[in-house]
Amino acid sequence: MEHASQQLWLIPLLPLLGFLINGLFGRRFPNLLVGLIAVGTVFGSFLWVVKSLQALGALEHAHVEHYYTWLESGNLNIGVDLMIDRLTAVMLLVVTGIGTLIHIYATGYMSHEGGFYRFFAYLNLFMFFMLTLVLGANYLMVFVGWEGVGLCSYLLIGFYTLKKSAGDAAKKAFIVNRIGDFGFTLAMFLMFVHFGSFDFKTVFDKVAPMAVEQTAGPLTWIALLLFVGAAGKSAQIPLYVWLPDAMEGPTPVSALIHAATMVTAGVYMVARSSVIFLRAPEAMDVVAVVGLATAVMAATIGLAQNDIKKVFAYSTVSQLGYMFLACGVGAFSAGIYHVVTHAFFKALLFLGAGSVIHALEGEQDMRHMGGLMSKIPITFAVLACAWVAIAGVPPFAGFYSKDEILLAAHHHHPWMYWVGVATAAMTAFYVSRAMFMTFFGKYRGHHHPHESPFVMWGPLAVLAVLSLAGGWYFKIPHFLEPLFPLAEGAHDETLVYISVAAGAAGIGLAWLFYVASPALPDSIANSLGGLYKLVYNKYFVDEAYNAAIVNPLVNGSRSLLWRVMDAGVIDGAVNGVGSLSRSIGGFVRLFQSGNIRSYAAWVTLGCVAVLVALGMAGGR
Amino acid sequence: MPSAVPVSWYLILSAILFGLGVAGFLFRRNIITVFMSIELMLNAVNLSLVAFSYQHNQTDGHIFSFFVMVVAAAEAAVGLAIILTVFKNRSTLAIDDVSSLKN
Amino acid sequence: MTNLLNWVLALPLIGFVAVIALPKSVARMVTLLLSLVVFVMSLGLVAPFLERGNGNWFVTDVPWIQSPEIRYHISLDGLSLWLVILSTLLTPICVLISWKYIDTRVKEFHAFLLLLEFGLIGVFVSMDLFLFYVFWEVCLVPMYFLIGIWGHDRRIYAAVKFFLYTMAGSVLMLVAIIYLYNKAGTFDYVNLIDLMQRGRLTFTQTEQFYLFLAFFFAFAIKVPLFPLHTWLPDAHVEAPTAGSVMLAAVMLKMGTYGLVRFCVPMFPQAARQNADWIVTLAIIGIIYGALVALVQPNMKKLVAYSSVSHLGFVVLGIFSFNQQGLDGAVYQMLNHGISTGALFMLVGFLYERRHSLEIADYGGVSTPAPALTTAFIVTTLASVGLPTLNNFVGEFLVLQASALVNIWWTVFAAIGVILSAGYMLWMVQRTFFGEATEDLRHHMADLNPREVAAIVPLLFLMLWMGVKTQTFLPYISQANARILQQSQSGVEFRAATPNPEAANGR
Repeated sequence: MEHASQQLWLIPLLPLLGFLINGLFGRRFPNLLVGLIAVGTVFGSFLWVVKSLQALGALEHAHVEHYYTWLESGNLNIGVDLMIDRLTAVMLLVVTGIGTLIHIYATGYMSHEGGFYRFFAYLNLFMFFMLTLVLGANYLMVFVGWEGVGLCSYLLIGFYTLKKSAGDAAKKAFIVNRIGDFGFTLAMFLMFVHFGSFDFKTVFDKVAPMAVEQTAGPLTWIALLLFVGAAGKSAQIPLYVWLPDAMEGPTPVSALIHAATMVTAGVYMVARSSVIFLRAPEAMDVVAVVGLATAVMAATIGLAQNDIKKVFAYSTVSQLGYMFLACGVGAFSAGIYHVVTHAFFKALLFLGAGSVIHALEGEQDMRHMGGLMSKIPITFAVLACAWVAIAGVPPFAGFYSKDEILLAAHHHHPWMYWVGVATAAMTAFYVSRAMFMTFFGKYRGHHHPHESPFVMWGPLAVLAVLSLAGGWYFKIPHFLEPLFPLAEGAHDETLVYISVAAGAAGIGLAWLFYVASPALPDSIANSLGGLYKLVYNKYFVDEAYNAAIVNPLVNGSRSLLWRVMDAGVIDGAVNGVGSLSRSIGGFVRLFQSGNIRSYAAWVTLGCVAVLVALGMAGGR
Repeated sequence: MPSAVPVSWYLILSAILFGLGVAGFLFRRNIITVFMSIELMLNAVNLSLVAFSYQHNQTDGHIFSFFVMVVAAAEAAVGLAIILTVFKNRSTLAIDDVSSLKN
Repeated sequence: MTNLLNWVLALPLIGFVAVIALPKSVARMVTLLLSLVVFVMSLGLVAPFLERGNGNWFVTDVPWIQSPEIRYHISLDGLSLWLVILSTLLTPICVLISWKYIDTRVKEFHAFLLLLEFGLIGVFVSMDLFLFYVFWEVCLVPMYFLIGIWGHDRRIYAAVKFFLYTMAGSVLMLVAIIYLYNKAGTFDYVNLIDLMQRGRLTFTQTEQFYLFLAFFFAFAIKVPLFPLHTWLPDAHVEAPTAGSVMLAAVMLKMGTYGLVRFCVPMFPQAARQNADWIVTLAIIGIIYGALVALVQPNMKKLVAYSSVSHLGFVVLGIFSFNQQGLDGAVYQMLNHGISTGALFMLVGFLYERRHSLEIADYGGVSTPAPALTTAFIVTTLASVGLPTLNNFVGEFLVLQASALVNIWWTVFAAIGVILSAGYMLWMVQRTFFGEATEDLRHHMADLNPREVAAIVPLLFLMLWMGVKTQTFLPYISQANARILQQSQSGVEFRAATPNPEAANGR
């Protein structure tokens, strides 16, 4: 530790303070004060991040701060340790920076909602846990943040407590995440069994000299289980089902938690564990394939959704798949690069969508929108920036990171590149479709759209600039080079042109379908019939899970375990012992007649019997 | 010490008396008879105690028989009092009619 | 007879007599004040641990009965310390939550509560097997009456079931205790352990097996370990709130405490030989309890089955036979005491307002009663093992310990953690979220100051025990290390002696 303590604990603690103040007293505060506290604490931790990073300089080595021992038992010792290295620095800036913007936006978006203070308390609590996750210097600290963000996600998805669908979605998110966490915890336990520690440094120092595992061994298992955790948090197959439902939460939540920060925690964790993953090639392949499959599948579902937030939700799932593809092919820095650019443009997309929804007083169905370009021009302008960024149009943010990923994929396996390009085309298509359906053509709704206030479009403007220039300005892979050596391989210009062309094709096709000849989509949907239905209903995955897992579990527990096992077998056995004793007692009772003479008769008989027995035995 | 009568005779007499007592206790219905049967059994035991005491030339048996006699006297006092009260209240001495404690 | 522990133990008994003697009108107040005094005094018990670390502190060892030689031998070590404080903390809280709820036979109720406290503290500090047995049975009586007199409709059935189940086990334990006495000539736990350590008291394999089994059976019923758990849901559902709280929070711990204190160090070999099937039962209990809790329509039953699941973790930790396992198990005992105790309290609050335990009768409670909802959700989150709250620490240590022994144990036990999120959140959602009916809105007042005073200490402890484990864990660790070492040397000794039957400790 060359540098003096930077009091890193202040970074997560400031939002926690905001949570405590707003949570305990916010009900009596005016909205303005609540908003100020919430935004102020998050902005404060952003400033502290900047200050600490300046003080730490180039960050050639990780800077670790130990505060106190959290848990000690035998040879297990876990400290409350925070750490900054270059990877953390990137994540910290994204989380606090975008967090601040979204907090500001939310003060406008939520101004008419009940439970204003509650919302910001949860949001601040989320920031606390997210920053703990990013700053944690051992797996258990990460896990603390990991579970904590899951909790906040649960609370915020279910924020509209009166809506049953919101409650269901929240519960689903929490439980699916729990399944992922099951993997994460098992990975940690294995890690302790094999390396005797949870500290990043200790574990990685022990793993580094190990050979690459040719067949599945402990490292592969640890990596796979870590990936199960990541798949839960970052919504990968087969645990992605919670994220689209999570859109029940208020839109700023979708932007902050379910697009920009929390869902990328899985990518962060895999990148953080790159030392382990690099020595487990089989696990890497699993990560890449799952990531790619998720990217394709979610993109196809996104093609057919009509709810504007659902489109972006599936888009998020798809983009997260991209990030895992990057990690799986060994291009961790490209994955983190995409985390950053995606945070810019996806937060913008969601917030812009929120602005549209706000303008239409809660309308989310794109079939009831259209022609909004002239009615809410600022929103359109900023959304257009996100549009070009996600579609991979050079030289905007998405282009750079997607390019890095696709090239790395091509280097690994060319077919992965081609699937990725197809996904990119689909991505461009569905985002363009959403844009065209929302802003072009004629207005099909019956509300009176109005532009959002400055507190809402101000942050949007900042994000718009970042979406446009962020990719070109922040050279993340270069910055992360000390941690993740850049993948070798020639920079093939042709591959770049192909992927850009695919994006352009997607946009063009969407223009053809939804602006030039609006009747076309319906006829195609009709001609595809079954396939369209399959995609429109999200491949019936939810229904399959319900039928295969949830219902058997619930019904089996009720009828078999509770009614039969507990009430029947165990209590039956216990009551059986009871009634047996009773019947024995009933028989014995016959001797206790209460008639002294009968007792005396028994005594006499007994004496006689004893005498006879003695006599038979021969006297002595 | 000349022993005109062998101990076994005493014991046989004691057994006969005891058997009579048991039979009386079991089969007679009059409380006073039952009571006397009990006394008979006690005295049968006394007889055998004294007989053994005589045979072994020890005083233990005598002492025990005195105890038994004292207890029997106390018992007779209490028992007869109870019987009198029962007869006053019920005007009967048949043992099967005085079973109200049962059930 | 002057040390603090004696006073902490004696005051509840004095209070029991006093409450019976004093007029009815002051019963609540006297009990509350007295139990608060006991609690404050019990905090003083921590002092020697802070100064000198773990050890047997506050030893009192005087003869009680000459023949057979039974001694009044009590002392406190890191294992007992927090359990005693847990008992003394929960008693005043139980008085508070019964303030309005109990309106018949008020005097008797509070007298029994104090008697229960006396018994519980006694169980945790006894160092004489016979004394332990006496206290063990003392606990049984007030709980039987608490359920049987102030319970709900099927209270007699539940009380009798509770009593018979527990008696069945404890009689076996008594037989084992007497057998030990016949063999060793002492009831004294410290002496017994000492004799075993020095090889002066040994058992054949069969002997040890049956002795272990007799003790284990008594404790397993109390824990309760699957499949001996069916008394628990009935007892909980029928018991009054305070009864449920004491039962779940402290009485179940008598079983797990007994396992750690007696089964492991006294019969280490048998404990290890039988660990496999015991752990299997514990894991079945974890998953089974969770699954059954998932489908309960009755809140108290749900929490009761969740207890079966949580206590499975404790047993799993104990029979992992390593430091993390025992530490986690003991920590989990305290955690479960606090979080499940709080859950029962909160369910009791709901019941006082709505007079129903069926989840279906609620819905939308969060609208009229936000503070109650917040307290409930925090407690629920503690119960599902959210990091920064207490249960996580215990579960984590136990799972880690089992992973060191057999990773498959961990895999299956961790499934219980997933399921716990399922049943708890489902209950929360159906109870607190959604639209409240007019009727519910009318009845559902938010927490009053008395209830706040009862629940806030527990919420605070949940957070503290989750974040600052070092306040509690070191003493537990040290006590466990000693127990582990005792059980270890026992095993080594056994291995070194070719003919264990040769030596007899008498």
